[in-house]
Amino acid sequence: MTVFRVILLIGLVGCAIATAIVRKPMQAVIIYSAFSVVLAVLWITLEAPDLAMTEAAVGAGVTGTLLYLTLRRLNLIDQDEAHREKMREEADEHGKV
Amino acid sequence: MAKSDSPFRCWLRGELDLSAQLQTAEMPAPPEGERYEPRHHPALIRMIARQSHRLYVALVAVLCAVLFTVLLLTAANLPAYGDGEAPTNNEVSERYVNQGVEETGALNAVAGMMLDYRAFNTLGESFVPFAALCAVTVLMTRGRRKHPLPPEADYADYYADPIVHTMCKVIIPVILVFGTYVLVNGHLSPGGGFSGGAILSSALIIYAMVWGDQRAHGAIREKTVRRTMALAMGFYVVSKTCSFYMGANGMPNPISAGVPGRIFSAGLILPLNVAVGLAVCCTMYSFYMFFRRGAL
Amino acid sequence: MAAMFDHLLHNYEEAAAIALLSIGFCMLLFDRNLLKKVIGLDIMNSGVFLLLADRGYIAGGKAPIMAEAASEAVRYVNPIPAGLVLVGIVVSVSMSALMLALTVRVYQTYRTLDVDHLYMLMSHRRKGGRA
Repeated sequence: MTVFRVILLIGLVGCAIATAIVRKPMQAVIIYSAFSVVLAVLWITLEAPDLAMTEAAVGAGVTGTLLYLTLRRLNLIDQDEAHREKMREEADEHGKV
Repeated sequence: MAKSDSPFRCWLRGELDLSAQLQTAEMPAPPEGERYEPRHHPALIRMIARQSHRLYVALVAVLCAVLFTVLLLTAANLPAYGDGEAPTNNEVSERYVNQGVEETGALNAVAGMMLDYRAFNTLGESFVPFAALCAVTVLMTRGRRKHPLPPEADYADYYADPIVHTMCKVIIPVILVFGTYVLVNGHLSPGGGFSGGAILSSALIIYAMVWGDQRAHGAIREKTVRRTMALAMGFYVVSKTCSFYMGANGMPNPISAGVPGRIFSAGLILPLNVAVGLAVCCTMYSFYMFFRRGAL
Repeated sequence: MAAMFDHLLHNYEEAAAIALLSIGFCMLLFDRNLLKKVIGLDIMNSGVFLLLADRGYIAGGKAPIMAEAASEAVRYVNPIPAGLVLVGIVVSVSMSALMLALTVRVYQTYRTLDVDHLYMLMSHRRKGGRA
């Protein structure tokens, strides 16, 4: 049981670090959902099934959906890198002039 | 190439003109003959920004390191993990565990604690999503006139797929039944208002996601959602007020606790669970709809 | 010092919770994207919840569903942290919904989510304008 718990904790911290270092917001959203699922399994090992159900429905489901919808609404899912590229080009042009 | 190419760096070096960006940003258009101008001299702003940015990074790095160290030291001095004799497991939790069943009638100690011993606390906490929903309503409907959403056909056809539709026809009733089970069995098994409501709302969200929000808007009326939420919260307030009033004045409780383990037992816990669950379900569904189409 | 380190290894769940809290804190302060700041705050929340739930766990205890009375043979874990965390999760999702709505409004006004970029734009204003 302890080994299982340690594996889950490593996965949890790994997901958190991955969320922090990925570039695109969409990747961060997906990894955050995975983080919530791992946390839901961890609640079961802590003998809190109420928390596991709530975390799986709310943390992974609703929060992930809201984050995704925000990205969708702002048209940032695929265009993020392109936007940054555009800004970079603009900056370069001004630098030359 | 030592020079960083981020726009912020370029701006700090004075190489980036912001007027183009300000034109694309949907700020109120300046009147004729005027343009966006810096509040102070641009060089001054840039100098302050450069200095404060460096200071900020340094301070935050120190702060994070100190916080992490102090908290780890605290964890090293906490009572051992899983220790039953730790001060956190004191007489309060012992009473909840040992006498909870006869005092509240609920087999699930968490539900008994939340909706009987600490019902007033839970009332306040179920008003927090409600308050957040009010704020989201204001924020999302204000921007709607100036920033209309793209027509639904632009994104809904992505899901118009027979496989997805057939799967959802099977899955949504199952989720609804499971959510209802979790909701009404909250005092007997793990679950209760918060988890059951979240599961029910996830079924509604899947429906709205797959069949488009126009159809969901037709199926689940705005008025229904509002009335359900108001009724649920009102019922909670009224029933718990009665309960507290009679309990404080030593009057006999008209609702018997029943036999623990039956579905109709545990006094007010079952109706309160249903009320909290409906409120949470409506709140989550409304969040989804406000983020999706800017209206319920 | 060695004893303290041993104790920390025994309290490994708490150490992980504190690591989550610190990662979330760093994300909140270092990341320039507003959306990732929101996710960072959610991760911080999860760290706090994990620490709370760890404090209520009793080794060998069962989930507090009283199918049989508590005795020497059957121990139940502490129900108080579970109740606190349960409402905490719902409150945290409401909070992130509110912050995401604010993020949407910020983006609609300034067309960017980068805080440095926002700072640049907000240091300019219309000449003779209201704000």
